[in-house]
Amino acid sequence: MYLVLFILFAGLCVAGALNLLLQRHPINSALSLIVVMSSLAVLYLLLGAEFLAAAQVIVYAGAIMVLFTFVIMLLNAGEEERTHGSKAAYIVGIPGVGIVVGLLAFFFLSARTHLAQAKLGDYIVSTSDLSKVLFKDLLLPFEVTSVLILVAILGAVALASKEH
Amino acid sequence: MTIPIAWYLVLSAILFCIGVAAFLIKRNIITVFMSIELMLNAVNLSFVAFAYQWHRLQGQIFVFFVMVVAAAEAAVGLAIIIAIFRARSTLNVDQVNLMKL
Repeated sequence: MYLVLFILFAGLCVAGALNLLLQRHPINSALSLIVVMSSLAVLYLLLGAEFLAAAQVIVYAGAIMVLFTFVIMLLNAGEEERTHGSKAAYIVGIPGVGIVVGLLAFFFLSARTHLAQAKLGDYIVSTSDLSKVLFKDLLLPFEVTSVLILVAILGAVALASKEH
Repeated sequence: MTIPIAWYLVLSAILFCIGVAAFLIKRNIITVFMSIELMLNAVNLSFVAFAYQWHRLQGQIFVFFVMVVAAAEAAVGLAIIIAIFRARSTLNVDQVNLMKL
C-alpha cells in the first residue's frame, strides 16, 4: 500500500516537473507545478507531517500558484521563443544536470543501509507538537517572519504600483 | 510494507535537478521564477524526510519557515516582474540584459 502510494505520487511529481520543463506556454507550466505541489503534499502525509501537508496545499498550491497564474494572465504571457542562449543551455545544462542527479542518487542509494525505513503511521507529528516548539523555543524567528511578510507586502505594493 | 528514506532523497534530488534544468533552459521570466519554486519544494521534501529519519521536529519547522519566505519572495518577485514588463514590454530574459532603462 505504502509502496503503491509512494510510486504513484512520486511519479506524478516527476511527470509534473518534466511537463513544466517541456511546455512552451507559461500557463501550462504553472498548472503542472500545481500538480507537483499537490502530490508533494501527499508525500508529506506519508512521512507523517500533517500540518505541512495542509500548509503545502493552502500556501503553495493555493496562494502562491494563484499569484503566478494571476500574473501570467495579467501580463498576457504568450509562448516563449527559442533564442541563442537557450541552445547553449541545452548543450551544457542537460548533461551537467544528468551527471549531478546520477551522482546524488548513487550516494543516497549507497548510504541506504544507514538510513531508516519509512512505514505508514510510524511517526506522526501532530499540529500541537509542532506549535509547542514553534511558539516556545522559536518564538522570536516566528515574529521576525511576520515582519518579513509585512515588508514584502509593502515592497510588492511599492514595486507594482505605477510611478507618477 | 516499508520503503527506504533514501528513495525520498533521490526523488528530492531529481526534482531539484529538473528545477535547475528548467532554470537554465526556460526563457520566460515567469517560468524561470516557477522553477525556483520547484527547487524550494524539492529541498522541503528532503527536510521532511530527514525529520522523519531522526524523529526531530526541527526539520518540519524549517520547512514552515521556508514556505513563509517563499510566499514573501513570490509576492516581491512577481511585483518586480510586473515592473520589468511595464518598462520593457517583454518577458524574455534575453531581452532584459541591461540594468539601465
